[in-house]
Amino acid sequence: MLLSLAQSALPIGISGIEKRFGGVSILSDLSLDVAAGEFLTLLGPSGSGKTTLLMILAGFVRANAGSIKVGGEEIITMPPHKRNIGMVFQNYALFPHMNVFHNIAFPLKQRHVSAAETSDRVERALDLVQLKGLGERRVDQLSGGQRQRVALARAIVFEPRIVLMDEPLSALDKSLREHMQIELRNLHRRLGMTTVYVTHDQREAITMSDRIAVMNSGRIEQIDQPEVLYAKPRTKFVAGFIGESSFVPVESRNGSIWYEDRKLRMNDAAPSTGRHLMVVRPEKLRLIAGEPTGDINALPATVGDVIYQGDSFVCYATLKDGRQVTLRDYCRSEVLARLPAPGEPIMLGIDAQDVVLVTDQ
Amino acid sequence: MSLASASLDRAVEPDRALNADSLNADARREARGMLALLSPGLFLVFAVIIVPIGWLFWLSLFDESGQLSAANYARFFEQASYIKTFVTTFKVAFTVTGACVLLGYPLAYMLSQLPRRAASICLIFVILPFWTSVLVRTYAWLVILQRKGLVNTWLMDLGVIGQPLPLANNFAGVVIGMTHIMLPFLVLPLYASMKTIDVDCLRAGMNLGASPAATFWQIFFPLSLPGLASGLVIVFVLCLGFFVTPALMGGGKVIMWAMRMEQTTSLYSNWGAGAALGVVLLAVTLALLGLFQWLLGTRATGVWSRR
Repeated sequence: MLLSLAQSALPIGISGIEKRFGGVSILSDLSLDVAAGEFLTLLGPSGSGKTTLLMILAGFVRANAGSIKVGGEEIITMPPHKRNIGMVFQNYALFPHMNVFHNIAFPLKQRHVSAAETSDRVERALDLVQLKGLGERRVDQLSGGQRQRVALARAIVFEPRIVLMDEPLSALDKSLREHMQIELRNLHRRLGMTTVYVTHDQREAITMSDRIAVMNSGRIEQIDQPEVLYAKPRTKFVAGFIGESSFVPVESRNGSIWYEDRKLRMNDAAPSTGRHLMVVRPEKLRLIAGEPTGDINALPATVGDVIYQGDSFVCYATLKDGRQVTLRDYCRSEVLARLPAPGEPIMLGIDAQDVVLVTDQ
Repeated sequence: MSLASASLDRAVEPDRALNADSLNADARREARGMLALLSPGLFLVFAVIIVPIGWLFWLSLFDESGQLSAANYARFFEQASYIKTFVTTFKVAFTVTGACVLLGYPLAYMLSQLPRRAASICLIFVILPFWTSVLVRTYAWLVILQRKGLVNTWLMDLGVIGQPLPLANNFAGVVIGMTHIMLPFLVLPLYASMKTIDVDCLRAGMNLGASPAATFWQIFFPLSLPGLASGLVIVFVLCLGFFVTPALMGGGKVIMWAMRMEQTTSLYSNWGAGAALGVVLLAVTLALLGLFQWLLGTRATGVWSRR
């Protein structure tokens, strides 16, 4: 075992957090439970309060009300240096006047770990983030990806109970970012520390997380596993923020769902009477010939534009009411053979099990 | 020029290199243009720095009778009063610089931690005296610190002291007056460098288990050292050549280098000796700056080489 975090991973219980800045509410009555060893992502647009929540967890920002319990112990008034929470900052916040070794040794020095054990643990941490032999490097001699790894090593070398990460990959270029996502996830699986990760990148959140809490204007809109969040968004915001979506207005009356004069089949029970929006994902739509059979719903539309993208194609279509929807499919030969032309009337099919409704607001 | 380009042409095979001649000609034209643009600046540097310093050095090599001699320099080692002046000058400069650091560092730290608006208001109070005449401020200190000045009268009225404290017309007076004048020169660069310290670095320090005091000493302080160093050098060098305040506040008891120069040239009209004093001050200042640079250079752990 390199670093043994699995035993020390603790659950976090966040309840009733309020935060106002000069009369403006940033977080309102926010509650959230993170299981021990879980990788939880706070996902939301800028200004949604996700970073503020992370700052409150780390102890840099004081909440107006609420409670944070780590393994049952209340830490809301505990100063940051006593919280024993590791954090990876967005800009890494490495100490520019120390070399890599001293940066990583810093938390051990504060805990009066002996010199021999310090160098042993720093070496193991460097090994863990694949920076073996770079201990003597100055921070300004490192590449962005290497700095990221040093920041990570520094945040876990003292075996903290919890690790927080504030958009740690946002400064890296795309390919390195995708590589680091996998690496971070593997590291988490190996060490098992309770992790709260902040990002505005939905793909990153889906790739890495056990669960995702989607935040919007200071509240949690939905918290679920990535696949549930994608397949069954509960609000229009979540559906729009995670993945691509078009929204088709439908109406619920007499226990069934109607799109204009067409009754829609859906697996879930019909929601309360009134107007709703059907969430239409590009990959859930497909081209069908004629009226549907079985558990497939059909939406008549006119082709606007077809864009060939090599492995797949995208078809922008306009429904009868003038609403735009998008269809994406892979370029299998039988699909390519009957690719629609612009202006052509088509039928878009969507399975009953893929019909997801959110409230119209 | 033409020789160099000719050999260059040969190296890249003249008959093959497309447009090599005109590209070289273009490079030469650009170099000439740059030189022409630089020339006013170079002329100014020559006229106001090189020539006067050369002249000063030239003057210092002649004695009163106009004979070429090293007498002006030999005097420094022979006359005790010169050595004493030299020592006094450095004693004052060190003391004032030290006092400026002790007062200025906490002040700059406070300014750097204040919200932007409050900080700019406080900065005005730092800069305001800076805009007031040195002469006026020195006389003001004289009024406050003299035998029957404000401080002594108050302290005696309160019964804290029985005898007036010797605060003016001595070393203490010079140091107090000069510290007041030098403080902004330390605070402003220090404040500017403190503002560039990343708040997240301090947060990271605390997050990793350092108490607020440990975070200050292990992170903030080392990161503020480049700013402190530049403020320190400015104050120290300005102190070495300072005249007005020691002349007024020293009461004739504290003779600094610049006062010696003034005496030598205007009282005794000995330009050669005065010039030698100037040359020595310049040389010592440059040597100190060099030493300082070297000291900082050897501590190359990122911070120093970073800026």
